[in-house]
Amino acid sequence: MKTDIILAGVGGQGILSIAAALGSAALTNNLYMKQAETHGMSQRGGDVQSFMRISDQPIYSDLIAKSSADIILSVEPMEALRYLPYLRKGGYVVTNSTPFINIPDYPETEELMKTLRALPRQVIIDADQIAKESAGNVRAGNFVMLGAASPFIEIPFGYLEEGIRAIFSRKGEEVVGMNLKALRAGREFAQNY
Amino acid sequence: MQKQLLLGVEAIAQGAIDSGISGVYAYPGTPSTEITEYIQNSEEAIARNVHRTWAANEKTAMESALGMSYAGKRALVCMKHVGMNVAADCFMNAAITGANGGLVITAADDPSMHSSQNEQDSRVYGKFALIPVLEPSNQQEAYEMTRYGFALSETVGSPVLLRITTRLAHSRSGVTPSGTLPENHMHLPENKRQFVLLPAIARKQYKLLLEKQADFVKASEQSPFNSYTDGEDKSLGIIACGITYNYLMEHFNGKCKYPVVKVSQYPLPRKMLKRLLRECKQILVLEEGYPVVEELLKGYPGQENISGRLDGTLPRDGELNPDWVARALGLPATEETPVPEIVAPRPPALCNGCSHRDVYKALNEVISTYGEGRVFSDIGCYTLGALPPFQSINSCVDMGASITMAKGACDAGLFPAVAVIGDSTFTHSGMTGLLDAVNEQTPITVIISDNESISMTGGQESSALGKIESICKGIGVNPEHIRVLLPVPKNHEELCQIIREELEYKGVSVIIPRRVCIQKAARDAKKSKK
Repeated sequence: MKTDIILAGVGGQGILSIAAALGSAALTNNLYMKQAETHGMSQRGGDVQSFMRISDQPIYSDLIAKSSADIILSVEPMEALRYLPYLRKGGYVVTNSTPFINIPDYPETEELMKTLRALPRQVIIDADQIAKESAGNVRAGNFVMLGAASPFIEIPFGYLEEGIRAIFSRKGEEVVGMNLKALRAGREFAQNY
Repeated sequence: MQKQLLLGVEAIAQGAIDSGISGVYAYPGTPSTEITEYIQNSEEAIARNVHRTWAANEKTAMESALGMSYAGKRALVCMKHVGMNVAADCFMNAAITGANGGLVITAADDPSMHSSQNEQDSRVYGKFALIPVLEPSNQQEAYEMTRYGFALSETVGSPVLLRITTRLAHSRSGVTPSGTLPENHMHLPENKRQFVLLPAIARKQYKLLLEKQADFVKASEQSPFNSYTDGEDKSLGIIACGITYNYLMEHFNGKCKYPVVKVSQYPLPRKMLKRLLRECKQILVLEEGYPVVEELLKGYPGQENISGRLDGTLPRDGELNPDWVARALGLPATEETPVPEIVAPRPPALCNGCSHRDVYKALNEVISTYGEGRVFSDIGCYTLGALPPFQSINSCVDMGASITMAKGACDAGLFPAVAVIGDSTFTHSGMTGLLDAVNEQTPITVIISDNESISMTGGQESSALGKIESICKGIGVNPEHIRVLLPVPKNHEELCQIIREELEYKGVSVIIPRRVCIQKAARDAKKSKK
């Protein structure tokens, strides 16, 4: 199995927490993984991305080639579109619907949603809302996103749950439970989309 | 041993710890910063009391590391590529003195200038200094080659340059470490004159270095990190340096049909390259940065069958990636979905609430009376003041150049001339420029926008903390023209007034708007809650 994921968002939105969960899932299950990320300048409210590659075979390139990503997982709707050249035919776009508007020429919300809905394979999800409902905390939104992407990633769902458990166990059972609830709620949403 | 998920830079850090280093010396710079941070947070390094405090700049870092090497212990120096320019004087001469305790210098290059002023290729520094260069192709190699680098340094008695690029530095993968080595005992150099570069001694040392060149080539030819892998299709022979090896193998799933020379140690493994040139019709050189290898093989008349970045097969500038390599290999292009037009660029910006915003707002208001083009700056978060909505600064060249360029422009007749510099950049390399200005009484206005941290790279501790006023007084700035205040919206008028007064003053002025970086303040608040 192999899966190439592009994580996208704005500096400060915490896409690396999603990457950490995936990374933990890969490591504990003896899968190969490579995860390239942006540091430095991009943090200051700029666009950030992480290229996440997981496989049961050795992986060479840290970067994902154009037209080969299986999924774009974005915590911000406009950012989801920035990586379309990397998405393979048949690939999925899973995005949060809440815009992060910190630039003057951000597109009109309606036009943005129209462009997203026109994509052949997409899931648009209000992660903040679902995080609040399922986990009682909007900060679990990133795990809602991971859950929503999970039906389209070739990684067993159990691995993802393990990954979250491994990372947050030192923060206590309550935090683990909260994030797992968010993960499952996201998955349920995507499966019924 | 247990596999760990490590960034390329973290793998280097762990490799250094496991090599028994006694110190890491560095100044923050993307993509090298995390090496030192990892060592600062490492239980092993803390238990052994490995030296791990940030240096004022890359020159002092390089020199202190050389001092540790002189004393017989192993030291790691880390910097980004442009940091090599600051360390260069010591670096070049350390090649002549040679190393006693193992000395490894890590240069983290930034092709495509993700966060830098240029994309200079540190392998050229290695060649310039005539020392071995190591260029790992993945995270596991980054770990192993750091260990190997320290051993090599002690075997050949020379500093060793370890070169990585952003895409390996900031990419995470599974790394299996091997055991830890103990630190060296302190032992001074056998040759008591080795480090004294008086001409009579330096000439001897240089001859020794020249004699070592053949050993360096032999080490490259025997290196476990260089390899010649044969292939049935000899129409093409490929040389893949460092990380480019991955982009190549990505397309062949690990088994390339063409012969491949993997280069991860320089000087180049001569025998392997000669064989490739002999047996293959066309040669493709894959390298990140400058076309160093390609140019060498092409020679001045321009040997026709060598392709790479110089003949358009690969782009001359910017980082390589699997797509460029696919194109160079003549693989069919995939159809890409274009980015929709509604997607707008989202450049980095000063954080909401950043103190630099208050400084630029006031500066813009005052400077409008005098006309544009007179604000010189340099490297830090405040460089973002060049972008809208501020567009306040007119230069950013290298650290400290804000003050010295303002001085030079003022010497040319530009008055008033303003420099905007940060606190850590000031102690990095602003002090000497201020000294020049004070000694000549050049009427420049220096704004040290002090947010009490090295912010752009993630909030490291600034060497300037608590010292700026006394440094300025010590250099000889008139205390009446050292103005300190809190840059917040309610002090806007006051800040404008101070700037106005100091711009008019026909002497050196230093204005210090001081407010802790808002990101640092948030992090510190979080920490104190725990």
